[in-house]
Amino acid sequence: MDIKAVRDNFLKGFIKENPLFVTVLGTCPALAITTKVENAVGMGIALFFVLILSNLLVSLVTFKPKLRALVMPVRIPVYIVLIATLVVITEMLMEAFLQPLYVTLGVFIPLIVVNCIIFGRAEAYASDHKPLDSVVDGAGMALGFTMAIIIISFFREILGSGMITVWTQGNADLVFDLHFIYDFLGITPIDMFTKPVGGFVMFGLILAVLAAGANAKAEKAKLAAAGVKK
Amino acid sequence: MTNLLTIAFTAFFIENILLYQFLGVCSFIGVGKKRSSSLGMGLAVVVTIILAGMATWAIYRYVMEPLDIGYMKTIVFILVIAALVQMMETIIKKFSPALYKALGIYLPLITTNCAVLGVAITNITRDYSFAEMLVYSAAIPLGYLFVMYIYAIIREKLELNPVPKAFRGIPIAMILAALLAIIFSRFGGLI
Repeated sequence: MDIKAVRDNFLKGFIKENPLFVTVLGTCPALAITTKVENAVGMGIALFFVLILSNLLVSLVTFKPKLRALVMPVRIPVYIVLIATLVVITEMLMEAFLQPLYVTLGVFIPLIVVNCIIFGRAEAYASDHKPLDSVVDGAGMALGFTMAIIIISFFREILGSGMITVWTQGNADLVFDLHFIYDFLGITPIDMFTKPVGGFVMFGLILAVLAAGANAKAEKAKLAAAGVKK
Repeated sequence: MTNLLTIAFTAFFIENILLYQFLGVCSFIGVGKKRSSSLGMGLAVVVTIILAGMATWAIYRYVMEPLDIGYMKTIVFILVIAALVQMMETIIKKFSPALYKALGIYLPLITTNCAVLGVAITNITRDYSFAEMLVYSAAIPLGYLFVMYIYAIIREKLELNPVPKAFRGIPIAMILAALLAIIFSRFGGLI
């Protein structure tokens, strides 16, 4: 196993196979909790923990041929129990150590159980790859998803409330107040973006920008290919 | 009685599961392309959520609370829902092949529809009584069906219109959902 393959495996979750922007999985939390950057970071941490461990466990139970033959016919219930157990552990840890964040994220923490990304990775990757590869894949995917929701919540928060709240748990107080931009322009932040409407609008716009970029790239590649032919 | 009416109205319009709570959005975007499939999925969700709501509420109240194992609710609920969906599939297949043909393909998708687990958990966290739980678990999926049907009608019309290239597919579907969400957010002023 060389370094380059591992790196590619890790990086594919960010751009090429980004779970949110490319395969459009896990849209529910991406729309609901992205009102603040802090929520996105918290969701990312929870998902990172669950996805890495679920990928590891799933690939461990499907790795040995004998065990695999046993698990494969009933794999969906097996995955559900594994993932649900991890989610309950995450839920308890967050309730104990990150109480305010636990309250804001609310029902979306237990709902990680039915997050399509986790199921998707278990089914599409972890069930037929080595444990270590699966962990790397899980880390890449979870960080790719976290990056995507941080981008969405960055724009939503800056447009909606004129602030960037990065982390306020415990004693930390990492908040950037950007109201001076609005004062300078003589307008107020657009309240709509912190409302549910803003989630749909922002997600749609970001996907459209990405699609426009992909279209332009494809056109360029086509032109280049035509040029070579000549 | 007024209490129940308030719960029903709030669940149906104001806290609409798709446009306000963002549960089940995956299925909304995927299945809400055609009227027939949105109706099939919507009806399957209505039946599942009502049954799952009753089952999980009863298990929580009469088994988990006396034993003081409330923290296990995520695991127990998802297993109950998965078993329930499997059971429904078998029963419908046996007794009504026509209905199975219409709903069958949507049933397996429902286990991972976050709306079902979301409603089951909300019933518990809001500490609803049986009647309140029943009203809430019925109004939420009916709201789902209602919004999804409207959405599918608009999306069918949208297919015939020229959409900018970058917005084709999911981006325009999101913008459309945003417009519906604006309309529904105004219902909040009524209560």
